[in-house]
Amino acid sequence: MSLATPGSAPADAPAVLSAPVRARRLRGARRAADLPGGRRPTGRRTAARFTPWLFLAGAVGLLLLFTYWPALNLFWYSVTDWDGIDLTKEFVGFDNYVQVFTDPRIFNVFWVSLYYFAASFAQMAIALYFATILSFSTRLSSLFRGILFFPYLINGVAVGFVFLYLFQPGGTLDTVLAWFGLADPPQWLGNPDIVNWSLAGTSVWRYTGLNFVLFLGAIQSIPHELYEAADLDGASRWQQFWAIIFPGIRRIIGLSFILAIAGSLSVFEIPFIMTGGANGSATFVIQTLQTAFNFRQVGLASAMAVVLLVIVLVVTWIQRRLFPDEKVDLT
Amino acid sequence: MTVTALPRRVARGRTLGERLRSTSATTAKYASLVIAAVVTLLPLSVLLFASLKTAPEYAQSGPFDLPQNWLNFDNFVTAFTSGKMLEGFVNTGIVLAVSLVGTVFLGTMAAYALDRFVFRGKKLVMGLFLVATLIPGVTSQVATFQLINGLGLYDTKAALILLFMGTDIIAIYLFIQFMQSIPISLDEAAMIDGANRWTIYWRVVLPLLKPAIATVVIIKGIAIYNEFYAPFLYLPSEGFISTSLFRFKGPFGAQWEVIAAGTIVVIIPTLVAFLLLQRWIYKGLTSGAVK
Repeated sequence: MSLATPGSAPADAPAVLSAPVRARRLRGARRAADLPGGRRPTGRRTAARFTPWLFLAGAVGLLLLFTYWPALNLFWYSVTDWDGIDLTKEFVGFDNYVQVFTDPRIFNVFWVSLYYFAASFAQMAIALYFATILSFSTRLSSLFRGILFFPYLINGVAVGFVFLYLFQPGGTLDTVLAWFGLADPPQWLGNPDIVNWSLAGTSVWRYTGLNFVLFLGAIQSIPHELYEAADLDGASRWQQFWAIIFPGIRRIIGLSFILAIAGSLSVFEIPFIMTGGANGSATFVIQTLQTAFNFRQVGLASAMAVVLLVIVLVVTWIQRRLFPDEKVDLT
Repeated sequence: MTVTALPRRVARGRTLGERLRSTSATTAKYASLVIAAVVTLLPLSVLLFASLKTAPEYAQSGPFDLPQNWLNFDNFVTAFTSGKMLEGFVNTGIVLAVSLVGTVFLGTMAAYALDRFVFRGKKLVMGLFLVATLIPGVTSQVATFQLINGLGLYDTKAALILLFMGTDIIAIYLFIQFMQSIPISLDEAAMIDGANRWTIYWRVVLPLLKPAIATVVIIKGIAIYNEFYAPFLYLPSEGFISTSLFRFKGPFGAQWEVIAAGTIVVIIPTLVAFLLLQRWIYKGLTSGAVK
């Protein structure tokens, strides 16, 4: 089906085509043009219509099977009282949803997200500061860039252990504080009033590098002439930041801000690895997984997962409204 | 513009105060960079120190005391043998290799279909891939677990391979972006020579996609290497790199020198990969997020 399937071949055939080929191509084009919408219903062409789907089958198949099918099942499980083992599922209507919003043990964990949300502001501010100063000429800039970025690549369990070691009573952090005369440090991970700040701080250490590299990329895509012109006009670095850099990267800052909301609602790895959710550090995701796999309440856990999904979708929708012409990949 | 009148004053005529201010600004800038570098590297360095100490030495020394013998690798040996890290590395290697090969083929084929064909449902497919990134991955495991269990794949490496093999919108965008720079006349020339669509994909497009493939392999490879929850949930009886390390929490409880060694072992491959592949990693991340 070499020439019979000119899926995306343009009508103006290149001159290199031999005469009979060009004739066939032209005839094809004319026939296609005669039909409404340019579709071609002949036998070989019907087969050709399946060709793209053959190429797509694997990727779309896995996507439907492992992403959409479970997501649909979540909705179905969420209106049952299923425990994950029974063959029968009892329909319970919206009972699970009512429980998600009324049971204080479930709903209170939402407040834990606020620590991470607050921390993500610190994270963005730090990232923006370093992205700005490293976008001007700096000695050893690629070394500093590498150091600041590297934590983002480290395995989550390794990050967890690095900070478990750092926060140990009498450990690294306490030693450093003792140098500065703070002799009586708190239990960083044992005190329920402090544990979430410690974990959120760990999360800042881990993720600042990504924000930083994204901001830096955005700043470097601003045309260099703008800075030169500003230099000539005698603008200070501070003025350059507000007049050139900030407007140039407003979009990515807005995007990061929205992502911070979704991200702080779905915090999981750091608290799960470091404390297992103890001392009031359980996040909504940890709570959901424990409900499903430890307490065997798959129905209730599915309702929690659906609530999170809906919140993320709403946040994304708002983001789309605020930054309408931005093409966004949420990762 | 008034540019011609201004430059001399700016370039030469700086007052002493201005020069002083710019010097102190430079000092502040480098000071902040050094502080940030210390904050980043300190937690890692103290762990390295701990990993090189013997058990009694660790018990007696503070976190900032340097190890007496910089070549004491006993803890690393313990981590590898009793910590089953070797098993973790082998399993991770197998899953990594198979799922990367799979994801590259599925991803490039999907991108080829989306870029080189005109067909109904194209927008729908793109939309499906885009919306999929919004579904919170970890919480939907509540339902994915039932599926994996139903397929009889629980506690097999196949479960992980299938989960990691799926492609995502970022990889597809990267491939499409790159494919658009391959002239369609190449496809057409091959068609005239009698090549079918598969031959064109296999012989013409795929070899030219190498740089995009490299980017996707690196970014996805790091993501799989760091994956924690999927192996924790679906491969409980075998070690994966993250889960082998995570299990150090139990048996090695307070043996921080061994845990530190295990952690360093996990970080080293990442560090090597980063030093060798920096350029690709930055490119992959920024092209994924800044569209």
